[in-house]
Amino acid sequence: MAPGEVTQDREREALALIERVRSKPPRFKEKRITMAHGAGGKATATLVEGLFAPAFDSEALRRLDDAGTFSIDGVGLAMTTDSFVVKPLRFAGGSIGELAVNGTVNDLAVSGAKPLVLTLSLVLEEGLPADELRAEVDAIARAASAAGVEIVAGDTKVVERGHADGMYVTTTGIGRVDDRAVLSPTSLRPGDRILVSGAIGDHGTAVMLARGDFELDAPVESDTRSLWPAVDALLDAVGPSLRCLRDATRGGVATVVNELARASGVAVIVREASVPVRPAVLGACDILGIDPMYIANEGKLVAIVAPEDAAEALAALQSVPGCEDAAEIGEVRTEPPGMVLVETAFGGRRVMDLLVGDPLPRIC
Amino acid sequence: MKFVDEFRDAQLGRVLAGEIVATVEPGRHYKVMEVCGGHTHTIYKYGVDDLLPENVELVHGPGCPVCVIPMGRVDDAIAVAKEEGVIFTCFGDMMRVPGGEETLLDAKAGGADVRMVYSPLDALRIARQNPDRDVVFFAIGFETTAPSTALTLMRAKAEGIANFFCFCNHVTIVPPLRALLESPDLRLDGFIGPGHVSTVVGARPFEFIPADYGKPIVISGFEPLDLLQAVYMVLRQLSDGRCEVENQYKRVVPYDGNPQALKVLAEVFELRPHFEWRGLGFISHSGLKLSDAYRDFDAELRYSVPGVRVADPKACQCGEVLKGVIKPWECKVFGTACTPERPIGTCMVSSEGACAAYYNYGRFARERQVV
Repeated sequence: MAPGEVTQDREREALALIERVRSKPPRFKEKRITMAHGAGGKATATLVEGLFAPAFDSEALRRLDDAGTFSIDGVGLAMTTDSFVVKPLRFAGGSIGELAVNGTVNDLAVSGAKPLVLTLSLVLEEGLPADELRAEVDAIARAASAAGVEIVAGDTKVVERGHADGMYVTTTGIGRVDDRAVLSPTSLRPGDRILVSGAIGDHGTAVMLARGDFELDAPVESDTRSLWPAVDALLDAVGPSLRCLRDATRGGVATVVNELARASGVAVIVREASVPVRPAVLGACDILGIDPMYIANEGKLVAIVAPEDAAEALAALQSVPGCEDAAEIGEVRTEPPGMVLVETAFGGRRVMDLLVGDPLPRIC
Repeated sequence: MKFVDEFRDAQLGRVLAGEIVATVEPGRHYKVMEVCGGHTHTIYKYGVDDLLPENVELVHGPGCPVCVIPMGRVDDAIAVAKEEGVIFTCFGDMMRVPGGEETLLDAKAGGADVRMVYSPLDALRIARQNPDRDVVFFAIGFETTAPSTALTLMRAKAEGIANFFCFCNHVTIVPPLRALLESPDLRLDGFIGPGHVSTVVGARPFEFIPADYGKPIVISGFEPLDLLQAVYMVLRQLSDGRCEVENQYKRVVPYDGNPQALKVLAEVFELRPHFEWRGLGFISHSGLKLSDAYRDFDAELRYSVPGVRVADPKACQCGEVLKGVIKPWECKVFGTACTPERPIGTCMVSSEGACAAYYNYGRFARERQVV
């Protein structure tokens, strides 16, 4: 055997070893919870897949979708819950109250379910000005009305000063699974197209700027809004050609696309030049060394559509108010399976991995 | 964005990539080290290496300030952070770097008051706001960041702020480069010099690289076109049989650096006799500490840090990877004891380190070679 072949064999062994380690389900081994466990990246996956899912072991949970789906007396239902701990409570374009409604509504919507009812649970900090609470209650009522959901139950707790940043909000929602929706994260096929419903990175950037740590100022507003109208339009236009929908919140578009590539065992190519990003968001990200693909959105979905209906799906999205900037950003390929590659605007290619660290804590 | 987009022009990039292909000798393998972590970042972000011919290999150098801090110093930082009443401030990416037992992120989860800052001035502001608590800043970085630490300390002194301290881990760029070049098994053909460091120190300090070691060096900017041009200039020198210091980043780097910044550095810092680098061991005159005039701000004098040296595990071969002697996968602990989640050596710590990149993307790199 030639020396070159020996080297290749050893390299192949080393890569195969890594592949074995990586394909094992993530294990939760840390001694303590760190902020990274809440960031939506690899550490969060160890918690969800290494601790929660095995402990509760329900069929709906095992799918790790944005909402759990199940049926009662033949009626397909989706249910989800989400807690909101954003700091500061208000930021350009929104506040914690709107996020709390839209976040849960959107998890239902991207599961192909029309959002119907919500519960609302508030943890209030001693000393919170009543006017701030009133403003958030108004924001919740307005957002619920805009999303067409009813708040049907609630709970209130108050904790000592210093034990919550003003208020934490938890919402739980139930929706009815739409008959037109046949969605699954394992259904991606080579050739499928990747769409986003508008410019990305607005929410995370708006919160980051509102926090004032960077002494940066830019006209960026959170994109918080209900995604049901966008989902409804997509289902109407292309129905069964829609493979899967995801709400690109924590971890951003990069994380969502990675999860889908892994679940379906396919590769995804993202064309960076086609990804809509506002100049102000791009500028802020450039200064801070953050990739907009990893920044949280609160009103943007990623849709995977069969190639023959991609143009129609895009047109349907662009006709929905707030989704005018929707774009096709890439497509599904065969090789290398489970990976996401980016064709950079500069003309090179690179791997776009899951988020490892925590660029911006407490954004939702 | 004006004055930025011009340096990211894909069409010009293709032209330069074509020039590079025309310059390399077929059959010859080139190894060029980009010294600076910022360059490594640009290379990954824009896929610059993807535009190079297969026989031009970029080797990621020791210029990532976070990666080179040895475990013992991280342990010292954690010990200070856990002192009663201390607010410990550091840059965000430093929080994930493992010490012997844990990271600063773990120490924070365990109750230490560790806060992320974006500038040493943020740490000074926290000190002003909390006069009854000690505020310690974990200062890291090359000559790029050292002037901002120096200015912060000068301001603290001028304002008479007595509760602000600096845990100084600033390092200098020339000694580790010399250490690399001294190594008899070095396999590098040339260097891409650090742009930001050079804005402070200038291009002159790198003259020893061609003069004493016969290798070309081109100081480069941080946009993708800058880097492609710098690679081209290194290859051009090699093909012409020249070796000299060239400055691709003339729009920012004066040949003699920034005299004002150098003066500030000389006032606030002095060289340590030696300083330990993760993966490279002890290097003489490679680290800075606070000068006598600033001893009242020195966290190492204020607190008794353990100062225990945690040896890099014997099996770790980061030094060889940095010199281009071995590939990441040839290291004995690669992918087994040393992974991005639990890194041992400097090359695995940052996601841009040579080993971490290979661990995450190695399979893709192979695909590309097959194509």
